[in-house]
Amino acid sequence: MKVAYWPGCVSRGFAPELHGAMARVAPLFDIELVELDRAACCGAGVIAEHNQELADTLNARTFALAQQEIAKGADLMMNICSTCQGAQSECQERLDANTPYRDHVNETLSAEGLTYEKGITNKHFLWLLVEEIGLDEVRRRVKRPLKDLRVGPFYGCYIVRPTDRLGIDRSHPRDTYLHQLIDALGGTVVDYAGQYKCCGFPIITMNKEASLKQAGRHVGDAIDAEADCLVTPCPLCHLNLDLQQPAAAAAVGRPLNMPVLHLPQLLGLAMGLEPKELGMNKHVVKPSSVIDWSTSVVAGAPA
Amino acid sequence: MPEYTLRIRRYSPESGEAAHWDDFEIDLDGHRSVLDGILQAKDRQDGSIGIRCSCRAAICGSCGVRINGKPNLACHMHLDKACEDAPDGVIVVEPMGNMPVLKDLIVDMDAVHWKKMRRVTPWLLPDGDPPEREYIVAPESMIDITQTMACIQCGACVSDCLSMEVDPLFIGPAALAKAYRFVGDPRDGQHEERLRDLAEDPHGIYDCTHCFNCIEACPKGVAPMSQIMRLRRIASADHGIEDRNNGYRHEHAFVKNIEKNGLLHEADLLPDSYGGKFHPRAVPELVTSLPVILRALQRGKVTPAGALLHKHKASKEVKRIFRDVHDREERYELNLYVVGEEEDDNPPSMHADAAGSQLPAERSPNQ
Ligand code: SF4
Ligand code: SF4
Ligand code: SF4
Ligand code: SF4
Ligand code: FES
Repeated sequence: MKVAYWPGCVSRGFAPELHGAMARVAPLFDIELVELDRAACCGAGVIAEHNQELADTLNARTFALAQQEIAKGADLMMNICSTCQGAQSECQERLDANTPYRDHVNETLSAEGLTYEKGITNKHFLWLLVEEIGLDEVRRRVKRPLKDLRVGPFYGCYIVRPTDRLGIDRSHPRDTYLHQLIDALGGTVVDYAGQYKCCGFPIITMNKEASLKQAGRHVGDAIDAEADCLVTPCPLCHLNLDLQQPAAAAAVGRPLNMPVLHLPQLLGLAMGLEPKELGMNKHVVKPSSVIDWSTSVVAGAPA
Repeated sequence: MPEYTLRIRRYSPESGEAAHWDDFEIDLDGHRSVLDGILQAKDRQDGSIGIRCSCRAAICGSCGVRINGKPNLACHMHLDKACEDAPDGVIVVEPMGNMPVLKDLIVDMDAVHWKKMRRVTPWLLPDGDPPEREYIVAPESMIDITQTMACIQCGACVSDCLSMEVDPLFIGPAALAKAYRFVGDPRDGQHEERLRDLAEDPHGIYDCTHCFNCIEACPKGVAPMSQIMRLRRIASADHGIEDRNNGYRHEHAFVKNIEKNGLLHEADLLPDSYGGKFHPRAVPELVTSLPVILRALQRGKVTPAGALLHKHKASKEVKRIFRDVHDREERYELNLYVVGEEEDDNPPSMHADAAGSQLPAERSPNQ
């Protein structure tokens, strides 16, 4: 399968291990990544907050660039960031719902010879795994089942709300895909209070205390539920849950020491890749509960 | 008659007993509401069940509860739908969150919801003397606030607001949506004062964590979060309000950052969000964020060069889009609540269903 690939900014900035892990994992599933390297940031909701039309135009441009790749044989557009998915779906909802508006936005794009045609398919890697590749196929390719590993799914906000915009319904229970994936990889799903809550990242510069309290509380809940690690589909969640975890621990007044994995990292481990090539050494909280570093074997699983 | 099981959370603070769950079997048609079920249980089995309700038609906003963990109006959710959503077929009904429980399913709306509502001065403050007769406004100038006017004060959004969960002082979704109802009203004369007040309050518009829970919760399509984003947009773009919570600076730093780099350059965003590396306010903030950046460097997440130098530059096409859109005389803001979704032959899909909902069909909880 060939995808027009939008890695987002954070996966190339403060969370480069995500982009790296994705590049390692893709060939194992015969996914060819055609990077949309001319596209701009999706705006993460902040550009839309500033000026809706600006966010819609920037994302229409990204979609138009992806559609050029699709015309050349890519199957669909794929991203690896919940925030990209949510922010882009929001813009797409407006662009697709109203022809005069779409024409107006396309008018701005026309100077560059680009046009967005209504109805692009843009899926987060998580959705692509479940809906395009299929969990049976994933299961078949597991080399090192995550046996005895207790994984807490952290969905966050942008990839699960609002449900209608994100196409979540009975036939597409996208709000359970992390659960299903952890299970397919042989791990144990740990449910905990904060799994669908906000990591607090959007207000880290505006109300640091409230922001860190959110991150700290969810990580604490996962500890209480006896998770070994968390997995998240969003690099921004990762920033608050991992990079900020020492500060979050201070904000909630309890020690936290919870490794947080990016989705392709968890997948890569089960596919037999080495923790180091998945960039897991780049995390602030060392994933030592997940990995036995001396043998690079998933905890608990026989070698 | 089909049978359903309701599992209701029971709690009376004055009894001194811990909260517990009671199961009730009810027999009603699947298209009857969860509220009908609760009332049947109350009528036939236990008259002491506490529930507040009045209109039974999704209009009065008194019957807000959590059904299977999600906030909704009890009268607006069909039993068959609730049963399908219930993990093991038992419909779980509990009181709303973020507000103290008075008894069973009744929460103290005064202590939280109405108090916050009063906080935003929810009445018109016109300039000058009132006109001799009524105010005359152009209909188009009011359309945009019809969305916030649809609010029935049920508190469902407040129940699940994630910022309020960690910061009980946060003004919250319902009250801020109400604030927009006046900031967007051409008759009101205090737009700037209202906005300044809400921007400067550390628990105001910049305390919303953009989690979409209120949009998901609202049975009337008010989308409180979208109204909060409008308040921010108007505060910052139209009134240039530079608040002490860094909301204005964060927004401007982010937008400039993308305009310049095309992709987000986080190492610059942090200081710029506090007013730039040399802004007096930035210094203490940067000192506290230093450990974060150092941790990132130490773990090899970023290289010193990556953190300090610009790897990317926005293409001239991206810069042009910023320029073109910023140069418009007016912001073009499409509101799908107002214009509706295009359907192939049908008019916009806004309609009122049997329960009085004004949601588009696809958002109705009963579809
Ligand atoms: S959501 Fe994040 S990673 Fe995705 S494009 Fe936007 S800023 Fe970049
Ligand atoms: S319609 Fe609304 S604004 Fe007008 S008088 Fe009634 S409550 Fe007040
Ligand atoms: S989006 Fe903002 S107001 Fe709405 S529930 Fe989340 S934090 Fe609260
Ligand atoms: S905004 Fe919606 S959920 Fe919130 S109080 Fe009003 S009607 Fe209820
Ligand atoms: S009883 Fe009036 S809204 Fe439910």
